[in-house]
Amino acid sequence: MRGAPMLEAHIAAKRAPSGEALLRDIRLTVGPGEIVALLGPSGVGKTTTLRILLGLDRDFEGSVRRAATRTGALFQEPRLLPWRDVRDNIRLAIPRGQPMPDIAALLDEVGLPGGETLYPAQLSLGMARRAALARALAIAPDLLILDEPFASLDPAMAERIATRLARLPRERGAALVMAMHDLDRAVALATRIVILAGRPASVAYQVEIAAHADDAERASVRADVIRRSPFAAGSIPDVHGDAVAVAPAQG
Amino acid sequence: MGRAERRAATGTFYRLIGIAGFVALWFLAAHRAGPGPLLPSPLQVASFAWREIIDGDLPRQMGATLARVAIAFTLSMAAGTAIGYAMGRSRRINAFADPLLVLALNLPLLVIVILAYIWIGLNDLAAVLAVVVAKAPTVVVTIREGARALDPELDEMAAAFRLPPLRRLRAVILPQLASYLVASGRSGLSITWKIVLVVELLGRSDGVGFALNLYFQNFDVTGIIAYGLAFALVMLVVENLLLQPLERRANAWRAHA
Repeated sequence: MRGAPMLEAHIAAKRAPSGEALLRDIRLTVGPGEIVALLGPSGVGKTTTLRILLGLDRDFEGSVRRAATRTGALFQEPRLLPWRDVRDNIRLAIPRGQPMPDIAALLDEVGLPGGETLYPAQLSLGMARRAALARALAIAPDLLILDEPFASLDPAMAERIATRLARLPRERGAALVMAMHDLDRAVALATRIVILAGRPASVAYQVEIAAHADDAERASVRADVIRRSPFAAGSIPDVHGDAVAVAPAQG
Repeated sequence: MGRAERRAATGTFYRLIGIAGFVALWFLAAHRAGPGPLLPSPLQVASFAWREIIDGDLPRQMGATLARVAIAFTLSMAAGTAIGYAMGRSRRINAFADPLLVLALNLPLLVIVILAYIWIGLNDLAAVLAVVVAKAPTVVVTIREGARALDPELDEMAAAFRLPPLRRLRAVILPQLASYLVASGRSGLSITWKIVLVVELLGRSDGVGFALNLYFQNFDVTGIIAYGLAFALVMLVVENLLLQPLERRANAWRAHA
């Protein structure tokens, strides 16, 4: 980690309105230039964690401190304003006084060339999410919190988006936190992998990956993650309600 | 001619037939009623109205009423929207204000008008205030529904991107409330002017309501119909030239949906 952290969070406990414990003792400190991939089975609490990190959910025990001046967000749903076209949806997010980015170029980068004048109802889910990603990128974020950025994308498009996202930390020292499912992509992209598991969910395992790690090093991290948390490779697809047995650490 | 234009033309055609049918029925009824003062013919009413317009009497009374309608409508929409929004957004405010709202909705209009005149005096402040108190609660009910239907996902998006409050209101909240605002505005305008007439009848010395009272005292049916129809016509024009274009503008984006 270089420089002061962009994000410091300690979620001591997060309960559902019913009182059920959802998250327990999750600590996350993210510095500039870091890419944190948050992995775990569906329903484990990744989205809940991201909402807390974004400051949208304040009903938890613990603290979140964001030092970032501009935080970009990508939700699982596109959350575009249906009464504005894509260009105006993107403009909406730009703070006053900040220069207007080249929206056409931005849409081109996320694989939505010429989409400026389309309305959300004219977009497929995948296109709408890419427009939403362009909105998050348009504010030149120094902290980017993304919920499943690669969902509903074909492999080529996912690769393109991954390359675009990887540029952010290198070029501007931005920090990224992403919830995702795909371990291979996480290993290829992230500087840290955090596995959430259990009920209530907590950090089952985390591992750092050097930014310039070669393929062999990344492959060994991948094997390591799978050994410690089998579901990270997709072998345990879904968890609802039942406690997840995390494979014991092996020497 | 496109399909939409043709449909509009057909609509206009049937509208005209409807109006013509009404006037014809009126002629027939007036003919049946005979030459007495009970039901004058459309021609008699029209010529009376024309004389009143030339005298400047009808425009003067109409102006006084329209001014009250405009002020009362603006105030009741503003107050009703603010209160309705707050009640729709906050459970606490809703619990606090709901009993008062139910009371206001069920208070007879006459009681409000009479009390306003007694407490404030026979002046325009009392007149306008009475109309606002009578009208705003229905706006509150509609806007509260709209505020409850606001999309929480867009709220969160606005919060995540830290949109400044004014931009959030203009770009995120108002477009969602637009159809509720237009609905309460359209029903509101017709209710407001009817209330204004009653308020004028009870305690003002000008306005269409005052004129109607005068003609009632003299049993002058021609005057009553002339003033009543003239005013309804003006409100119809306001509705068509002001409120309907506003509604179309608010819903223009749906063409892309």
